[in-house]
Amino acid sequence: MQQVNRLKPFFENLNFDRDDNRMVVNFGPQHPSAHGQLRLILELDGEQVKKAIPDIGYLHRGMEKMAENMIYNEFLPTTDRMDYIAATSNNYGYALAVEKLIGLEVPRRAKVIRTMLLEINRIISHLFWLATHALDVGAMTVFLYCFREREFAMDLMEDYCGARLTHSSVRIGGVPLDLPEGWLEKLGVYISQMHKNIADYEGLLDQNRIWKMRLEDVGIISKEDAISWGCSGIVLRGSGVQWDIRKEEPYELYDELDFDVPYSDRCDSYGRYKLYMEEMRQSIRILRQLSDMYKDTEPDIMAHAPQYISAPKEQIMTQNYSLMQHFVLVTQGMRPPKGEVYAATESPKGELGFYINSEGDPYPYRLKVRAPSFWHTSILQQLLVGHYIADVTAIIGNLNIVFGEIDR
Amino acid sequence: MMREYKNRKNVQKKAYYNDRFYVVPNIPKEDPNSDEIFSKDYKELKKHFQIKEAYIQRGQLVIIIKPEDNKKVLSFLKDELDYTFLSEMSANDYLEQSGEFEIFYQLLSMNKRKRLRLKCRIKEKSAIESVYTIFKSADWAEREMFDLMGVRVNNHYNLKRLIMPDDWHGHPLRKTYPLQGDEAASWYEVDKIFGKEYRDIIGPEQRDPARIDRKDTKNFIRINHEVPYGAKPSKEKTVQEYQEEDGVFFIDEFKKDKSKVLNTRR
Repeated sequence: MQQVNRLKPFFENLNFDRDDNRMVVNFGPQHPSAHGQLRLILELDGEQVKKAIPDIGYLHRGMEKMAENMIYNEFLPTTDRMDYIAATSNNYGYALAVEKLIGLEVPRRAKVIRTMLLEINRIISHLFWLATHALDVGAMTVFLYCFREREFAMDLMEDYCGARLTHSSVRIGGVPLDLPEGWLEKLGVYISQMHKNIADYEGLLDQNRIWKMRLEDVGIISKEDAISWGCSGIVLRGSGVQWDIRKEEPYELYDELDFDVPYSDRCDSYGRYKLYMEEMRQSIRILRQLSDMYKDTEPDIMAHAPQYISAPKEQIMTQNYSLMQHFVLVTQGMRPPKGEVYAATESPKGELGFYINSEGDPYPYRLKVRAPSFWHTSILQQLLVGHYIADVTAIIGNLNIVFGEIDR
Repeated sequence: MMREYKNRKNVQKKAYYNDRFYVVPNIPKEDPNSDEIFSKDYKELKKHFQIKEAYIQRGQLVIIIKPEDNKKVLSFLKDELDYTFLSEMSANDYLEQSGEFEIFYQLLSMNKRKRLRLKCRIKEKSAIESVYTIFKSADWAEREMFDLMGVRVNNHYNLKRLIMPDDWHGHPLRKTYPLQGDEAASWYEVDKIFGKEYRDIIGPEQRDPARIDRKDTKNFIRINHEVPYGAKPSKEKTVQEYQEEDGVFFIDEFKKDKSKVLNTRR
């Protein structure tokens, strides 16, 4: 008896050999260059892609559903698992949305530390991107160098918060810890070496014949398409749109910092590669300014808002009222006012937005994450058509997609 | 004994304690004319369309329109008012309160540096018009909304499930859908791989491998104190060496007690 539900041993009724000499290839979900669990159904004519259907959902964990069943502070570590390459940028995006919802002002020292962590995460993420992208395209050397520097940046994160990948180091209302002793010096050493390292990567790649052949005029996204498909971050700036949320709608300390936003009119993968390199340089510039800023700040690192945020530990242990407040906030959670908020931040991948709809309960009524990679994956169905199959991995790598945040 | 009352229309977690005298504060809604750029946009929109409500909340203009107008308003916003970027769209589930979905379109104008949220409400069984032709980014956003919320979209060229499998039952982000998944979800893989008649033989899927059944005293595993099946738990520590007894060719056997731990990075 034929059973409708039973899994078939062949690939879901896809015909691999067709009459017109076209072939359908199933790319992924387990493919080393798919950067996670991306399944692409490619229709090929010879080696040319005629049709591409991206299929996602293999890493779906229902985070938006989980958010509706968690108090606001509980959900924060979950955000680490979205863009796990740069976890702090997710923590921060979420914390910013909740702070906007409850109308909270964060102390200046916390702002300095947060901005530092965000920029370190940007460097970590860009290094990871360069390493894996170069590996996909065939440059093994760059991979090893990049991972060395990424390791040192993750050491800095570990020294600060104890975690290397899932930091949870930004909390709603500030940061949990001050910078440890000697951390700024370590950061200084790191960023002073970074300029030379970036020059090294560029020395390996910029004029490299293979690198240029694989990247130049591959994955061209026009300005109109980039805007229409909802691309953001470097993909948008690589298409000639000068839009960086850090500059245009400044959050944290970005309005006080002096940095440039690189953009490129090339619209291709090579232009985007140049932007990544330049952004790392700008992050170093920002970090240098921030270490000077840190020295003249007051020691407060958490906002004072007893209704929403627990008091510092010394107060909880010594004062009865703070302890009661803390107990209520941990067991029941904070109750933000009723309303909606959408907060967008510039994560290393692009515009990371959190939409929170609060009905005044300790649980969000609805939380929607606008993850940049989701929109960058949706453009693949248009972008891949006409390219050769070898370019598919180059384009996927170049778009810098991370499946933790696509499927959520 | 009375059975506990459970609201089946909203199975999300609820606060176990509510202060009877607590009044939920609202985020203030400002007049759209209080902002120079927004007031211009609002006046333009008001000239052409029927607007149910408009206000500014936390620096973003919120406009509530009739669901039939969504396509016209969005193309007007895009072409005339320069809101060229659809950064997000999805729906809120208000089925319990009014049997409606609230659909929101989060727009951005890069030239004006302003963000606008367009909202409309539709009944559960009715459908919203696809805006894929105006913003290509709505393609996947609408599919995701259909998949997870069950909002129907008209004239979408490829309205299929995006994140959940094609043959999934139910829409996970609805308030009526429990966090652990419903009946169909718990048997999904058993049904698919073996068929429904195997449900009794295989038993429900164990979704949480770290789950410990406290009633089961036979298979209760204590880490580092493992005992054979059915044996009594012991306090004696078990040492585990994950290597073949004869050793592997060319490789020295790893001995935990003879290993060295480095304090600093070399």
